[in-house]
Amino acid sequence: MHEQVISAEGLRKVFIARGASAGDGKIVAVDDISFMVSDGGSLAIVGESGSGKTTVARMLVGLTRPTAGRIVIAGQDRTKPCKRSSKRQARGRDIQIVFQDPYSSLDPRQTAAQSIEEVLKLHFSLSRADRADRVQRLAGQVGLDERQVGARPRALSGGQRQRVAIARALAAEPKALVLDESVASLDVSIQAQILNLLADIREQTRISYVFISHDLAVVRQVADHVLVMQHGRAVESGSTEQILGSPEHPYTKLLRSSVPGRGWKPARRNARQA
Amino acid sequence: MSMAGPTEIVTLPAVVRARRGRIDPLMVMCLLVIGAIVLVAILAPLVAPDNPDTINILSSNQGTSGSHLLGTDSLGRDLLSRLIWGARLSLLGPALIVVAATSLGTALAITTAWIGGAFDAAVARVLDILFAFPGLIFALLAVAMFGPGLWAPVVALAIAYLPYIARVLRSTALRERNLPYVSALYVGGLTSWRICWRHILPNIMPFVVVQAALSFGSALIDLSALSYLGLGIQPPKAEWGLMVSDGQSSILNGSPAESLYAGAMIVVVVVAFNLLADRLAASVHSRGSQR
Repeated sequence: MHEQVISAEGLRKVFIARGASAGDGKIVAVDDISFMVSDGGSLAIVGESGSGKTTVARMLVGLTRPTAGRIVIAGQDRTKPCKRSSKRQARGRDIQIVFQDPYSSLDPRQTAAQSIEEVLKLHFSLSRADRADRVQRLAGQVGLDERQVGARPRALSGGQRQRVAIARALAAEPKALVLDESVASLDVSIQAQILNLLADIREQTRISYVFISHDLAVVRQVADHVLVMQHGRAVESGSTEQILGSPEHPYTKLLRSSVPGRGWKPARRNARQA
Repeated sequence: MSMAGPTEIVTLPAVVRARRGRIDPLMVMCLLVIGAIVLVAILAPLVAPDNPDTINILSSNQGTSGSHLLGTDSLGRDLLSRLIWGARLSLLGPALIVVAATSLGTALAITTAWIGGAFDAAVARVLDILFAFPGLIFALLAVAMFGPGLWAPVVALAIAYLPYIARVLRSTALRERNLPYVSALYVGGLTSWRICWRHILPNIMPFVVVQAALSFGSALIDLSALSYLGLGIQPPKAEWGLMVSDGQSSILNGSPAESLYAGAMIVVVVVAFNLLADRLAASVHSRGSQR
C-alpha cells in the first residue's frame, strides 16, 4: 500500500442556524466521516444534494472548520483552517480545489495566463521566462491553445474555463486535488474530455484526487474508491467495482438505479399505488 | 437597486439598457455636459469675459447686452463671469466630498465584507448611528463649531455620505467575496490584502463609480443649500448656491437673472450626474448578467 496523502478521521460539522437559540436549529451536515486517500489514489464521495459532501470538500481545503475530527494531509495536521496567508500557502502546496461553477470560479478580469501565473509567483521563485514557460506547459497539459491562454474568462466556454481552473490548481503542484462537482455543469461530451484529461494528469503526476460528485457514471470513470454519503453519514465505502457492481446498502442501490440508461424508468421513492 | 449576479436576473427594464457594444447617446451627452462645465471651470481665467469681482453700481441689474452677455447682478458684476468662476467652488466641494466618502466607504466596505463576523456587525452599528444624522444637520453642527466656509461643510458631508456608500458597496463586496474564485484564491494562499485590493476592488469598481456619480448630485445640492443659507462659501466669492440667495432681493425688482441662471446651473449639473449614474448602473448591470 502507498503512503496516505489524505487521512480524515471522524469528521463532523454542525451548522447552527442563524437566530436559533442554543440547542435547537442545529444542522448536522457531516457526521463521523473517515476516509483515506493513498498517494496517486482517487476517492469519490457521492451522495445526493445536501448529503454533506461539499462540506467535506470545504473542510479538506480549509474553507470550513470541522466541529470535530482530524484531517492530516501529506503528514501535516490540517484540521483547523488558518487565516494567516503563510499557513494557507503551505496548505495550498499540498491540496487545491476546483469548484463546480466554471462561470464564477475565475476572476473575470484576469486572463487564463494571468491567473495561472499568479499562483506560480506565489509558490515558486522563478524568472520571468521560466514562469512564462511553466504557464505554457500547464496550459498544454490541460489542452488550452494559445488564444485561450491569453483570453479572459468571458471569451471562454464552460469547459475551457474549467481547464483554466484545473491548470491554476495544478500550478501549485499540490499532492492532492479536490474536485467539487467540477464536471457537473458541463455537457456530457465536454465532461468526458475533462475526465480523460484528469485521468492523464493523474498518470503523469501521481497526484491524488478527491472527487465530489452525485453522478455515478463520472465516479465509475475516475475513482478507485467510493464513499457513499447520505444525510451527513457514510452509508457504504469500498472499491469502485464493489460499490457500483454489487451495492449492499439500499441507498447506494437507489442511487445506482437512478442513473438514466437504456430502458430506464425513474424509480419513485413515494410511489403511489395504482 | 438590484445587484446583478452571474445567475441573477436583471430587474431593470430592457428599454433603458443599452445593448452591449453600442454607444449610449444619453450617457455621451451627460459626459459632454459635465466635461464642458468642468473644462470651463478649469479655464475660468481664460474663458470668463470679465473680472467676476469688479463692482459697478452704475450698471446694476442690467439685462443681456453686448458687454454683459447674461447681464449683471445687483452690484453690477458680470453674471456670466461669476457663473464661470462660481463653477470652480461649486464643483470643487462636491468633488472633495465624493472622493473622500467613496474612497473611505469602499475601503470600509471591502474590509468589513472580508473580515465579517463581529467586526462587520460592530461597523454596521456605528454606521447606523451615523445614519441617524441627516447630512445637513451634521453640516450645520460642523459650521457652528468650525465656522462657515468650504471645509467644515465638506468634511461634515463626507462623513454623512460615508455610511450610504459603505452600506451599498458592502453588499456588493460581500457578493463578490462569496464567489468561488475568491475562495480559490484564498485556498491558493494569496494574502488577504492582495485578494481584497487586487481582485475584489477591481471587480466592484464599476459599482463604486456608480455610487460616486450618484453622490455627486446630492453633494452639490446639499452644499448649494448650505451656501444659500449663508453657511458655506462666503461672499464676495462666486458660488452657485450663494448666487441664488444673492439674487433673491433682485427678483422682486424685476430682474430674476442671477437666481435663475445660478439655479439652472445647479439643476443642469445635478441632472447630468444623476442621468450618468443611472446609465452607468444600467450598463454595469447588463454587463454583470453576461458574465
